[in-house]
Amino acid sequence: MTTQLAARAADGGAAPMRHESQAQLIWRRYRRHVPAVIGTVIFVLIVLMAIFAPLISPYDPYRIFPVFEEHPTAAHLLGTDRTGRDVLSRLIFGARVSISVGVGAVAVYVVIGVVLGLIAGYVGGWVDMVVMRVTDIFMSFPYLMVILALVAVLGPSLTNIILVIGVLGWPTVARLVRGSVLSIKQLDYVKAGVSLGFHTPRILFGHILPNCLSGIIVNATFGVASAIILESSLSFLGLGVRPPTASWGNMLTEAQSITVLSTQPWLWVPAGLMILVAVLSINFMGDGLRDSIESRS
Amino acid sequence: MAEKLLEVKDLNVEFRTDRGVLAAVEDVSFVVEQGQTLCLVGESGCGKSVTSLTLMGLLASNARVKGTLDFGGTDLATLSEDKRRAVRGNDIAMVFQEPMTSLNPVLKIGDQLMEGPRLHLGLDKQAARELAVEMLTKVGIPRPEAVLGEYPHQLSGGMRQRVMIAIALSCVPKLLIADEPTTALDVTIQAQILELMRELSRDSNTAVILITHDLGVVAEMADHVVMMYAGQVVEQTDVMTLFATPLHPYTVGLMASIPRVEAPADTRLESIPGVVPSLADMPAGCRFHTRCAFATAKCVAEQPALVEVVPGHSVRCHLFEPGSTTPNPEALA
Repeated sequence: MTTQLAARAADGGAAPMRHESQAQLIWRRYRRHVPAVIGTVIFVLIVLMAIFAPLISPYDPYRIFPVFEEHPTAAHLLGTDRTGRDVLSRLIFGARVSISVGVGAVAVYVVIGVVLGLIAGYVGGWVDMVVMRVTDIFMSFPYLMVILALVAVLGPSLTNIILVIGVLGWPTVARLVRGSVLSIKQLDYVKAGVSLGFHTPRILFGHILPNCLSGIIVNATFGVASAIILESSLSFLGLGVRPPTASWGNMLTEAQSITVLSTQPWLWVPAGLMILVAVLSINFMGDGLRDSIESRS
Repeated sequence: MAEKLLEVKDLNVEFRTDRGVLAAVEDVSFVVEQGQTLCLVGESGCGKSVTSLTLMGLLASNARVKGTLDFGGTDLATLSEDKRRAVRGNDIAMVFQEPMTSLNPVLKIGDQLMEGPRLHLGLDKQAARELAVEMLTKVGIPRPEAVLGEYPHQLSGGMRQRVMIAIALSCVPKLLIADEPTTALDVTIQAQILELMRELSRDSNTAVILITHDLGVVAEMADHVVMMYAGQVVEQTDVMTLFATPLHPYTVGLMASIPRVEAPADTRLESIPGVVPSLADMPAGCRFHTRCAFATAKCVAEQPALVEVVPGHSVRCHLFEPGSTTPNPEALA
């Protein structure tokens, strides 16, 4: 009711109303979305944990203690692994790998996807044809196999994993952006921009891109979660981040042995739980974002 | 007589489509003089919007343009995309029909208003902001400073159209093209917007090409009128002559279909039967013959040419011969 009144006041043009941009509106809705808020809090905690890992972790993650495969004790809250390193410290440092791969890979593919999608959608014609056929080809690869092969060739390092996931991940974003551009470029405000003599890049990035941002943000959020899972899978298969660097995925590798799986749960349950919690919190954020963006009138 | 600003000569626009080449505009010629208002009038689908988009260079890529668009000595049709861009917004600006969609919903009014002057006039942020406030004040928007920070959805349709006009006129263009600028607005707002456009264009000596299907708007705004039907000019003259002695049966029909205040209450409105033929399916001969009460065998067989029957008044109809504005039924024989 109050919003209706406010809208009417705006129609009159004279009565001042609350200034609310679209971003503010989305933020207001997001704050009321309970899972999203919980997800955000958890994700922020994980990020803080990754940033301040050296301060929080009880030990150096590479320090080898004389006790190995030890049950959780007061000295080692989550026990020690097979080489005698403190599991809790490795878990805390592992967050750095997961967060960097998640955010880094998505940053790479969002940039590639947005640029190609914008150009394909706006220019159309054969450019569009070529870009879309390339996305078709990329999307018909067995994703994990190609990543495995590429990482094997380039060598498993954090940067290479980020680049490989990033370079292979852009087609979904490109398609999403192209779809939005196709509908947006028909709108009068784009024609108005052209008729005012603005340069094409200006129209693409300054006028059209802001209108596709919401979809891109939602997609990127879910993308961070899948990149984290992908890194874990790669590390589990031994082609991810190389030991001794700790990552949640290569900590899980320990569970490849039946003895560990059945009798030493402290070696792999915490890492598995961290992946679960991180991915779940990000997906909650994504859901919240999507709901608050889509319910805009 | 004012100086010539734009001369469109033998403009033809064709679209290559799946159904073959469709001619949307054929042999359209007109002159716009500095500071004058020219109205392009016609029903939906008669080519008036295509004509205006051609002037702006906003046609889809499957369009082919022939003819010359002489704008102050340069032919717009042959300009490179770069030079054309420099003309757009700076020398020629456009106001669109739908104020609800012609402003970008995610950018602030101020940013949209300041972008053009910063690009074309090279103003810095502060100067562009001052100009924006000045323009908003000119188009009659209350509390302009506050509106700069607002988003389009916070303004009503009439306010948005005022903002559009402010944007279009902020670089003081020589020519303003307005494509049905008031069609989407309430009747009371329509009059205000038209009044505003007339005032501002007079102040800055900006010529206006006004596209409309509303003869009331024509009577109010026009200096010269170009009547279009099915992609062709059917009648062309100054506004006084047009309303005093309309010649083409189409013009006469349109005028008869306007409700008149002085007519008895039970008078039925005249209407022109039928619809504008589709581009893919143009009748041979005179394009209007399918709907014309005077059509004869000659109209079906032979396409009439646009003839200047008296100086300053041209018509495309077999009924008229040079030198006379009275229909000559024998000409049809």
